This record gives sequence, structure tokens and C-alpha cells, in this order.
Amino acid sequence: MSIPVLKFDAVIVGAGGAGLRSAIQLSEAGLKTAVLSKVFPTRSHTVAAQGGVAASLGNSEEDHWHWHMYDTVKGSDWLGDQDAIEFMVRKANECVVELEHYGMPFDRTDDGKIYQRPFGGHMSNFGEKPVRRSCAAADRTGHAMLHAMYQRNVKANTQFFVEWMALDLIRDAEGHVVGVTAMEMETGQVVIFHTRATIFATGGAGRIYYSSTNAFINTGDGLGMAARAGIPLEDMEFWQFHPTGVAGAGVLITEGVRGEGGILRNSSKERFMERYAPNAKDLASRDVVSRAMTTEINEGRGCGVNKDYVLLDITHLDPNTIMKRLPGIREIGLQFAGVDCIKEPLPVVPTCHYQMGGIPTHYSGRVVTPQNGDFNAVVPGFYAAGECACASVHGANRLGTNSLLDLLVFGKSAGDSAVEDLKAGKAHRELPKDAAEKSLARISAIDNRKGGANVHETRLAMQRTMQNHAGVFRFGDMLKSGVEKILEVEKAARELEIKDKSMAWNTARTEALEMENLIEVAKATMLSAEARKESRGAHVRDDAPDTPEFPNGRNDAEWLKHTLFNPVDNSISYKPVNMQPLTVEPIALKTRSY
Amino acid sequence: MERQDYERLRWRCIRRALLELDITLTRFLDDGFDQLSEEEQAAFVDLVALEDHDLWYLISGKEECNEDEARFVPVVEKLRKCSVRLAG
Repeated sequence: MSIPVLKFDAVIVGAGGAGLRSAIQLSEAGLKTAVLSKVFPTRSHTVAAQGGVAASLGNSEEDHWHWHMYDTVKGSDWLGDQDAIEFMVRKANECVVELEHYGMPFDRTDDGKIYQRPFGGHMSNFGEKPVRRSCAAADRTGHAMLHAMYQRNVKANTQFFVEWMALDLIRDAEGHVVGVTAMEMETGQVVIFHTRATIFATGGAGRIYYSSTNAFINTGDGLGMAARAGIPLEDMEFWQFHPTGVAGAGVLITEGVRGEGGILRNSSKERFMERYAPNAKDLASRDVVSRAMTTEINEGRGCGVNKDYVLLDITHLDPNTIMKRLPGIREIGLQFAGVDCIKEPLPVVPTCHYQMGGIPTHYSGRVVTPQNGDFNAVVPGFYAAGECACASVHGANRLGTNSLLDLLVFGKSAGDSAVEDLKAGKAHRELPKDAAEKSLARISAIDNRKGGANVHETRLAMQRTMQNHAGVFRFGDMLKSGVEKILEVEKAARELEIKDKSMAWNTARTEALEMENLIEVAKATMLSAEARKESRGAHVRDDAPDTPEFPNGRNDAEWLKHTLFNPVDNSISYKPVNMQPLTVEPIALKTRSY
Repeated sequence: MERQDYERLRWRCIRRALLELDITLTRFLDDGFDQLSEEEQAAFVDLVALEDHDLWYLISGKEECNEDEARFVPVVEKLRKCSVRLAG
């Protein structure tokens, strides 16, 4: 079967913030650049980002990149690489100002500067007091950012392939990445993109969890493709959770609800937070609340048929207060839980929000992998940026508003590195003879299998396994049985069957292909989480508690290292954290407390 | 609606930027879309082409259709009333 080949200098997979930012660098350098996206670019999940982008512009009060660096290292619970973190925070101002020049309508101060607002974890003078560092465009920061960058790309002649799904990375015999296979959804046609540079900017994979704030599009396609091409995935045990998402839907309930007097209750209607945090009660910090909710559910005091959620009760509040102080909450309850929160409590669970781990990269955006004793050997021709990549700047926990900064800085950096490598003059390497074979075989297997597993049921089994066994608060025995369960789900995910055999617009096939990516991420997460026997940042284990010897359960002597999950044989190795910044002294280890 | 047109529309409903829309539109395709008149179905196709925030503000009642969007009104009303079901 002859497969069409499209030749480009570079292909970028994903048209969210990181993809669009790197495309600008390539197209403006005069390189022939293609961007593949499952949806129209301004419908990427970056649109959902509201909090802003961190940059120590100092427009509202004194600020410094070094303070931002400190907050980021501390937020990461010292698992972030300090060279990459210094690189990111020092590039922040330049990237934000560039974005402004692209036409991004940032909120402004009266004297015309970019307005900056406070955000949790942003501090001045190395953790001393809060500082205003977040730059935003009303409640549409991500949306405005995408529009500005999309228009810049149109001007620079970037070629967009919209409603195309990338299928597999193409590597030659020496391991160089020479392009990707992709499918045009409108026709079902598989095409080879033969390139000199391939950049992944495919976003996160939050849909591995049953309760997730992520849109349905976040299926970890880049991570799945990298894993199938033998690239290990880094620090996949670290996922940021939010305590109160609507059970079964994932839509966020703002923490303001507890601030206004909302009470968490279990199946006996007990206000259980009194037992876990006698003083702060329902206003305890995110991790304490999430942990208490999980314990209640695990010990059989959850609500509903499956006893898998708790209740957030505001029925005792004056309805006028609810409508005035918590706008939109009643609508969210009605739309996504079928509950009128004025009369009944809302079902809530800790909900997955952000993926800290990903495809291992250097801060230049080049993908790295262990080879012959070198932990960070570059995979030639391959780059990654944004949530799918692990630079690693977020380490074990991301600082708020650093996600948009990550995609700007590392999107640009990956683009610049690709330009630099391509300007060195390397021609297209030859395509392997079997370049599209793996993708065609996967599609053919899904199309022709009889008696296979149902995609929806398999996805649900994966999501429930991840939620119950590797959620926000983790237990050694649950992780162990979770490993067995996810490997069982993996068997089903490798045997998917679909009823619709059409070529054109076969969404069933697309969802099956997405499922094959999701399972790679789910497996990497479960096995990496089971293996890390300490608590650090967002990875909190019941059997690694807070003790004088190990504050917060963190064990630096044994576990100050990055996990590398090898998808080929499900093995795990580790690599050191880079504690050496580029120009300043290392931020020394200490207990993370706020 | 032809199969191909429906499946294209379906993809544009189930892969949005905002989770709220993924859930609401998926539910509506399963439970309400078939009952729309041909004219309403055409309006729905145009409605879901709106930017995510604009569409969500209409469905959640934070904003109302403007004069140019009068033909969206019956569809938006139906979307607002669409029965609640938990998403996968």
C-alpha cells in the first residue's frame, strides 16, 4: 500500500500554547513548518487556563526572577531541575513582552503597564511575603494567548493541518526521529510527515483519571507515541489534584465555597473535617482536605451507590448569599450533578488537574533519554514542550501560573533549538522502509478485530482504577493491587474493537487510538507511583508519613531523583535531579511548608 | 443529516477546549439533537462553531443571545434544559 509522504522541515504535533509558540520560531526563520491538531487551534485546552502567566516584571511592586526561581523550586519540592528553572524564570519577562507585541490584550495598570495580580505561592524576597506576579487577560488568559499566537503563525505562513491526528513517531535504525504518521479524520487517510525536526506539544493526559478537570481532548497522544517509540517517561507519578470537582464530571467547584461556609460530609452526614483538622476544619489546606476526603471514601464512608464521593453542603447558607457570593455554583450543580445546592449537598471528589511529568527534555526543548551511561543523551530530531514534556521545572508540584509560562518559554526554546539544528544544514534523513507499518497495523487491528474490548468500558475501567488506586492520597497496598489491575486493563486496551468501519469521520476509531495512548500514561503513572516509597509534592503516601526524620514524608537521601519509566519492559530507573542552576547558587534543600 | 456531516459535528462537540462543553454537548447529542427540527439542527451546527467561552456563557445563562443570534435561542433553551447525566 502506497502511503502519501509530505515533506516539511518541521512538524509540530499539537496547536495549543506550546505548539503555536514553537511554530512561530520555525516559520519566522523561513522553515517549512506544519502544525497538526485534532481540533481548530483556538479550541485547544490552553483556552481553559484562566489564572495568568507568571513573570517578575515588577510592574506592581518590586519583584525579581531569583525570587520566582525560589518559589518554583520550593513548589516542586526540590524535584525540579534548577538549571531548567533558572532558564524559565529568566526568560519569563521577554516571553510575556513578546506576547504583548503579538497583540495579547493583557490587563493594564492606569499608567499602561501590564497589570499583575497576586497568586498562591508567589512570594517576594525568598518566601517572605506575597507579591503580585501573575499577568492575565481578564478570565480569558489562555484564550487570548492562543488567538495572538495563531494570528502570528498565519502571518508567518505556518501550514495548519486541522482535524488530523498524529499516530506514531518515525525513528530510523540509528534512533533519529524523521517524522510522524498522521491520519486525516475527514478521509481516514494515513500520511507520512517526513521532517528534519519533530516537536511534540500535545498537552497533558488528565483523562486517565475518572475525575479530571481536563477536557476530553487531553488523551496524552504525545506520551503514547513517545512510549511506543521506546522513549522513557519521566516523573509520571506526579499529578496535581484539586480537592473539589463535581463527582463523575470533574468540573471544578471553587475553593471559595468552603470559604463561604461550605461543609464536607460523609455518608453519615458527619462533618468529618473536624476529626482531621480540628481548628481549620473545612478550610484546611488543599492537601489536607483531599487526603481526608480520600480516607473517608477508602474506609467505606463515601456516598452514592459506589460510595465513591463525599458531599459539599451549603444548604445551611442563605440562598441570597449563595447567589451573590458564589455566582455560577448553583448552575454547575444543576448542570453537572443534577443537584440544586440550595436544597441538597453537592457530590465532590478530589479531581486531577495537571500532569507534572512527561517526555524527558533538556531546557533547550530537545528530548533526552539515557544512553550508554549518559542520562541525558539527545534524541536527534525530536523536541517537546508544554504539559507533555518534563524539562523538569514543575518537579513534584507545579507553582500556579507556571503552566502558561512553561509553554511560552519551552515552546520558544524548542523552536529555537530546532531552527539552530536545522540551520546546521542537515538534509532529510532517509525514511525507513516500514515507516508507516506500525500505524497501519494498529488501525487495521482495531478495524478488523472481532470479540475485542469495548473502548468506552475499557476507558472507564482505566479511569476508575487510576482514581481509586493512584489518586491524590496513596496507600502502599492499593498501589500494589493497582499495578495488577492496570496491567489487566492494558491487555483489554491492546484488544480494542469498534463497530463502525467507515473511513471518513470515524470518531470511534479515533477514540480507540486515543485509548491506546491513554493506557501508556496510566501504566507509567501507576508503576512509577508504586515504586516511589516516599511522599514528595503531589505524591503523598500513607506509608510515608510526616516524621521528624522525614518531614512531610520526604526522604532526600533515597528519593531525590527523577523516575524514568521504560514502557518497553515496564522497568523503572532513576536519574539525578540537577541541583546546579545556570548562574546562581543552588537553592538548598529544606522542608517545604507554607 | 448525512452520516459524515453528523460525525464531523460530533467530533466538534466532543473535543472542545472546555470540559463543561464536552460534557454538555456530548449529552445533548445523545439525548436532544435528534428531536431538533432541520432548521434547529442547522442552527446548532453554527452555534457550536462559536468560541468556547462565548458558547459556554450562553448555555450556562451567564449571557443571552444577541439580536443577530435570534435563531440560536430555541436551541440554547433546549441545551439549558438538557437532562443531567454523568460523563465518562
